[in-house]
Amino acid sequence: MSDWPILSTVTFLPAIGAVLILMIRGTDAVARRNIYHVALWTTLVTFVLAIVVWANFDNANPGFQMVEETEWLGGAINYRMGVDGISMLFIVLTAFLMPACIVASKRSVEKRFKEYMIAFLVLETLMIGVFCALDLVLFYVFFEGGLIPMFLIIGVWGGGRRVYASFKFFLYTLLGSVLMLLAILAMYWEAGTSDITQLLTYPFPAGMQTWLWLAFFASFAVKMPMWPVHTWLPDAHVEAPTAGSVILAGVLLKMGGYGFLRFSLPMFPIASADLAPLIYVLSVVAIVWTSLVALAQEDIKKLIAYSSVAHMGFVTMGIFTMTEQGVQGGIFQMLSHGIVSGALFLCVGVIYDRIHTRQIDAYGGLAQRMPLYAVAFMIFTLANVGLPGTSGFVGEFLTLVGAFQANTWVAFIATTGVILSAGYALWLYRRVIFGPLVKDSLRAIRDLSRREQLILAPLAVLTIVFGFYPKPILDVTEAAVGNLLTNAEAALAAAGRVAGVGP
Amino acid sequence: MNQILPPTSDELLAILPELILAGGILVAMVLGVFLRRPIALVNGLSWLLLTAAAVAVLTIPLSGPVFHGALVLDPFARFMKVAVLIGSAVALAMAWSHGRQQRTQQFEFPVLILTATLGMMVMISAHDLIALYIGLELQSLSLYVLAAFNRDSVKSTEAGIKYFILGALSSGMLLYGISMVYGFTGQTSFPAVAEAVAGDASIGLIFGLVFLLIGLAFKIAAVPFHMWTPDVYQGAPTPVTAFFAAAPKLAAMALFVRVVTEPFGSVTADWQQIVTFIAIGSMVLGAFAAIGQTNIKRLMAYSSIGHVGFALVGLAAGTEEGVQGVLVYLVIYLAMTLGVFACILAMRKPDGMVEDIGSLAGISRTNPVMAFILAMLLFSLAGIPPLAGFFAKFYVFRAAIEADLFVLAVIGVLASVVGAFYYLRIIKLMYFDEPAGGFEPMPGTLRLVLGASGAFTIAFILFAGPVGELASTAAGGFF
Repeated sequence: MSDWPILSTVTFLPAIGAVLILMIRGTDAVARRNIYHVALWTTLVTFVLAIVVWANFDNANPGFQMVEETEWLGGAINYRMGVDGISMLFIVLTAFLMPACIVASKRSVEKRFKEYMIAFLVLETLMIGVFCALDLVLFYVFFEGGLIPMFLIIGVWGGGRRVYASFKFFLYTLLGSVLMLLAILAMYWEAGTSDITQLLTYPFPAGMQTWLWLAFFASFAVKMPMWPVHTWLPDAHVEAPTAGSVILAGVLLKMGGYGFLRFSLPMFPIASADLAPLIYVLSVVAIVWTSLVALAQEDIKKLIAYSSVAHMGFVTMGIFTMTEQGVQGGIFQMLSHGIVSGALFLCVGVIYDRIHTRQIDAYGGLAQRMPLYAVAFMIFTLANVGLPGTSGFVGEFLTLVGAFQANTWVAFIATTGVILSAGYALWLYRRVIFGPLVKDSLRAIRDLSRREQLILAPLAVLTIVFGFYPKPILDVTEAAVGNLLTNAEAALAAAGRVAGVGP
Repeated sequence: MNQILPPTSDELLAILPELILAGGILVAMVLGVFLRRPIALVNGLSWLLLTAAAVAVLTIPLSGPVFHGALVLDPFARFMKVAVLIGSAVALAMAWSHGRQQRTQQFEFPVLILTATLGMMVMISAHDLIALYIGLELQSLSLYVLAAFNRDSVKSTEAGIKYFILGALSSGMLLYGISMVYGFTGQTSFPAVAEAVAGDASIGLIFGLVFLLIGLAFKIAAVPFHMWTPDVYQGAPTPVTAFFAAAPKLAAMALFVRVVTEPFGSVTADWQQIVTFIAIGSMVLGAFAAIGQTNIKRLMAYSSIGHVGFALVGLAAGTEEGVQGVLVYLVIYLAMTLGVFACILAMRKPDGMVEDIGSLAGISRTNPVMAFILAMLLFSLAGIPPLAGFFAKFYVFRAAIEADLFVLAVIGVLASVVGAFYYLRIIKLMYFDEPAGGFEPMPGTLRLVLGASGAFTIAFILFAGPVGELASTAAGGFF
């Protein structure tokens, strides 16, 4: 059993499910139900397997585990898979959110159900592949390949301006990524391999590091997204179907942060130390500016999208402090945001399915008709604000602790973002949930159905559990992060630099 | 010069595929003239001949220069010949099924495809400036006629004339280049020219090289000698366009590669800048000019200009990896193009063929399989992984980065992003828009071609390694 390539199984199982769905014929209710069940069971089994991987994962080992290697392109470019403490939980997060997406789409997707499910399952394969890949070229294939299903998901099943949003999403992301491809090729020729495990310790010349760092930055900053290249995100979020938004916010945005952690920081430590101020500035601007923009939004999804940009600002800031708290906090924030923002988009989907509008002023007083919904929405709103006791708090707090060691001004300005986030999130909550129920369209609105409760309950439980007891997550990441920082500091010391961290 | 001797059996064996084609062409012509209904027979025979030639190419032993150094069958020639024969055979099959439907068949059509293919085989094997020219002209003259094949159509006639005049001009330039090279070296055989060039290339020789490259750039439709392409692609009958986009492009690229690497291999720096320039021009023009097109054939013309630019990026590197990249690129391009043209040939409404992009609107509902495969092919042409087109670009840019051609590489990838836009536009029409009436069901042959092309595009990731190795072996002979 130990030789079984479990990572490849987790990665490609959804693709097999997609092939099965492809073979289901017909468009009637029976076919639809079959498609739904195949998709659901595929994602559930994938989730169980991801849990098995987690159970077999050794927290104390800072290196890569469950490594697989097979010949692929020749010339030292091989098919390599493996996980370490940084990537492990992203795989679990992806596999965890997928069943929720499938269930949430059961009724809300009316046209082309079959293609929809195929696109989602293919997307899951590509997303898990990104986190498992231990070869740069393989990583790029998964990373870029995700564009195709996401483009179709936004464009076919999206809202009014779906065409504009899908093109913007695709071309923005592609533009960032192609430069990274060139950097990957340059690294391949410099180091003679595209094996990530070897590249992690390869000392790239300082001058080259800057260029490579910038090329990777171009890709990850767009994906993350960082201010000022974040403008595709609100458009894409607003127009995507609910499950698309969940995946976009929950997983796809995390690829940028994961990329920074996997590549930029450990492979180009000197450039990272040199350019950290740039990241700080962009992060702080993102935190403050997009929080202010979020205050002015009238569309619920757009508001959450801008809040996502602000929260990702904490992540980038934390990662580039190069302190243990900062990096750990960044990872934690990404995982927590994956759960919380995914849940928020699901909440928006709940009322959108009933009223078919996302305008804030179309709602009000929902608490009187939908008490369960009000509770669920409150938990996630408070987690989004970063209230202690929710998972949102842990990540933000740790990144701020990290930032405080690196630069007190950065920490100071970023903290105002926490206040602003309370402003827009609570205000949104008040306008939607509280107040008198005056609108006729809302009088007959139903509370959460059994299916919706089933989706939201686990997310709510996790949000609170990890808020009080973050140890299971921090334990997994600790060894790998420690190792990463030790190596980065050693590389900086070897180059005659002091680490970019103050006393 | 040596005294002219009768050819030895080894020499005849080395040109067996060409002999099969040449003999077959004569038989087909006789059959065509004397039989009352020769079309089906000539078509079948032509198909058989192409297959036989391909089998022959694969089975006969490789051989050094034969016929006093005029022709050679090295790994490179074998690789390209197989690709060209596949391209011709598939184009012929598609044309046959299309013609049967449209009732516009004439037996000269397959014969002309055969003569053009014979010309391409000679081009690929050419090891001497004279052989080069003979092969190129045989191919070009056949293509001129094919472009004007639909003689009752004004557009087709115009395409033929335009192609002929510009093609003749380029042949003139090529000849001029050949004569200058001969004048300054006193040699026509590639190795002898290479030896003469090796010392130091005089300015006259460089001029000859430039004219040679201009002539060849015309044939591969690289910027700034691309002007004929959109008109000819649009005007020529669609099966002919499908043929143009595939095999002749490959043969001309093969010739281009051989000319710069064999006789002029020692003056890489001199031709590298020319190739870099036309690569940049082709990629950028191909990307931007295609955006405004509404005719699918015209759009594919600009797309092909862009793809030639990308393939030239590999050649610009001037290394073994570079030529390997070109070869991988060409094979993948061949498969994708044939698939796309199978779709274009299937764009048939009840009242006839259509070429307007708008008619593809919403075909994901009416013709879901065709829409799916075409979408995959377009994503692949845009170079999105995990499809084949990504690996094509991957190999050429890998070579460019190794050769430190960073500016070229950056411009190239940016052009590919712009290019992605117009491919996405077609996908948008097919998937995001409401149906505007579907197409008639696809004929079986087209379905087969499309299926094979789609399978190749999606599954290429699995056998990218072996293909890369084959290309590497083929490229190895030059360095």
